[in-house]
Amino acid sequence: MIVQALAFYMFAAITVAAGVMVVSARNPVHSVLFLILAFFNAAGLFVLMGAEFLAMILVVVYVGAVAVLFLFVVMMLDINYAVMRQGFLQYLPVGLLIGLVLLVELALVGFSWVASTPDLPASLSGVPIPPIDEAHNTEAIGQVIYTKFAYLFQMAGLVLLVAMVGAIVLTLRQRDGVRRQSISAQVSRTREEAVEVKQVPSRSGV
Amino acid sequence: MITADLMAILPELFLACAAIALLMLGVFRGNGSTQLVSSLSVMALVVTFALILLPARPESSPFDGLLTIDGFGDFMKLLVMIGTGVSIIISQRFIQREDMARFEFPVLMLFATVGMMAMISANDLIALYMGLELQSLSLYVVAAFRRDNLRSSEAGLKYFVLGALSSGMLLYGSSMIYGFTGTTNFDGIARVFEIDGGVSIGLIVGLVFLCAGLAFKVSAVPFHMWTPDVYEGAPTPVTAFFATAPKIAAMALFIRVLIEPFGGLFDQWQQIVVAVSIGSMVLGAFAAINQTNIKRLMAYSSIGHIGYALIGLASGTEGGISGIAIYLTIYIFMNLGTFACILCMRQKDRMVEGIDDLKGLSKTNPMMALVLAIFMFSMAGIPPLAGFFGKLYIFLAAIDAQLYTLAVIGVLTSVVGAFYYLRIIKLMYFDEPSEAFDTPIGSEMKAVLVITGVFTLLFFVVPGPVVESAAAAAATLFPG
Repeated sequence: MIVQALAFYMFAAITVAAGVMVVSARNPVHSVLFLILAFFNAAGLFVLMGAEFLAMILVVVYVGAVAVLFLFVVMMLDINYAVMRQGFLQYLPVGLLIGLVLLVELALVGFSWVASTPDLPASLSGVPIPPIDEAHNTEAIGQVIYTKFAYLFQMAGLVLLVAMVGAIVLTLRQRDGVRRQSISAQVSRTREEAVEVKQVPSRSGV
Repeated sequence: MITADLMAILPELFLACAAIALLMLGVFRGNGSTQLVSSLSVMALVVTFALILLPARPESSPFDGLLTIDGFGDFMKLLVMIGTGVSIIISQRFIQREDMARFEFPVLMLFATVGMMAMISANDLIALYMGLELQSLSLYVVAAFRRDNLRSSEAGLKYFVLGALSSGMLLYGSSMIYGFTGTTNFDGIARVFEIDGGVSIGLIVGLVFLCAGLAFKVSAVPFHMWTPDVYEGAPTPVTAFFATAPKIAAMALFIRVLIEPFGGLFDQWQQIVVAVSIGSMVLGAFAAINQTNIKRLMAYSSIGHIGYALIGLASGTEGGISGIAIYLTIYIFMNLGTFACILCMRQKDRMVEGIDDLKGLSKTNPMMALVLAIFMFSMAGIPPLAGFFGKLYIFLAAIDAQLYTLAVIGVLTSVVGAFYYLRIIKLMYFDEPSEAFDTPIGSEMKAVLVITGVFTLLFFVVPGPVVESAAAAAATLFPG
């Protein structure tokens, strides 16, 4: 138990610290690296809660794809971050105000959650949730995703298809005058059309 | 079991498969096949329209209640089909002329339509989000479709960033609702309110976030900021599409979410809807006065119209919902007609978008001036044109629900709004002509103008079919 608590406080502290560093680091590359650190620690928190599927997804999707994409963007685009931060102080009061309102709302919600969680009958949710010691949540998701949630799974597939089509539509350009490798033309060349044998008389050159 | 589920969503299934098949056709035939793909897309929409309209579809909740198939959804889906189909038809000449004739354009619009149909029949928070995202993602891409044009790219990017923000709010609200009810299913959420202590502050905060996300999608004040910029920057046929089909779908979703699962929280969400409605009507009336670009003007006009439609939702009664259904039907015809006119505004092979370019249209092109005048009078709500009846049913519902302030504000703002609609008519009929628009405009444009114009002009002669089917559709939302 004590190990679990210790691990929780370590992961939580590092997550918060890394989050602060993301917004305060001067070098944007460092920001992204701190973001990756925050993702890893959040994944650790999920593992502690027994949500190993979410933890793995977090690492695979956010660290593996999103953060690496950020890193590429930051490194490839030459953005002057000093200029971008000029309006920071100007917008700070509004931002703080909105943040404060959100914080109060969250505190209210959290408080009401602790104070009185209504005893809802389990029959409300359409999906039976297997107890955690019977099935891991990866297994539990696997049981419903292709059966009960087949419709949602297919819709997600359509969303990804649209994303792919959209990326191609907006970026693919067919340029003229580009010399491309034509493999079929290369393969179908014969010796006769590629090699010419010349009889060179001696002492006269080609 | 699965066969029954699939039969229930046959129209969606058919449209999705048709879109994928047309995508393959386009990939193999290249961009030269844009014309063919567009025609086939319209045919696919017609078949889907028939699949919804013709067979008697029993009410059902396929896929264990992830979706719900009912009369209300079918009515809204038919409107969406009309919006998408006509938008594809009137975009044909434009995309050929403006060098954006690529086969992905109609295909993306079909995918957006599939998303809208999924939104309209969603009966679960996850299904709602999947439909919403499929629709939005396709719309972001078509907004930026003229990728070499700075304003189109800007419109696409702006829409994407703000749309992602609103999706985030919607998801945040959904997660709270799930946390406090233990279910994502709409029927389950509705049952929570029957339990003692089922209503908690967390649930209400979740509902507020959900409403914010949905208000963004219908572009109601105070989440309207993106609308004028996106409408102005996007290619004109895309703007016509934005102003019709997605609005209907988002409005239908808004109605379903508030009436079905959250009917028990009526007192809470009524305040939100009233505030949003007043804001939209006032902004739509006043901000449009100073506009010089007709697409921006139409953007503010659509914000105002959404405000009027929300009055019906604020009343929360069956009459209010059927009022919205009538209003949206009339709105979609007026808007498609007006945008068909805007698409005909070309001088010397160049699109013009200024309101001043309409000067003296009655002398250079009397027929178009007449049709546009009909639409403008109708939007201003002058009897006996269709727009008047749309507003009439909405205001009647508001008075029935004793929302007198809302009805009075609605009448006052429509008087203010009449100013800018009438100004266009004044420019067309009483100012000296500047330069004539290019002719011919094309037979499909003429057909769209005539059909929408006749519908708007003669709605009062036979209002029966629309009014009755709208009432039947609204009745399915209120069982018992």
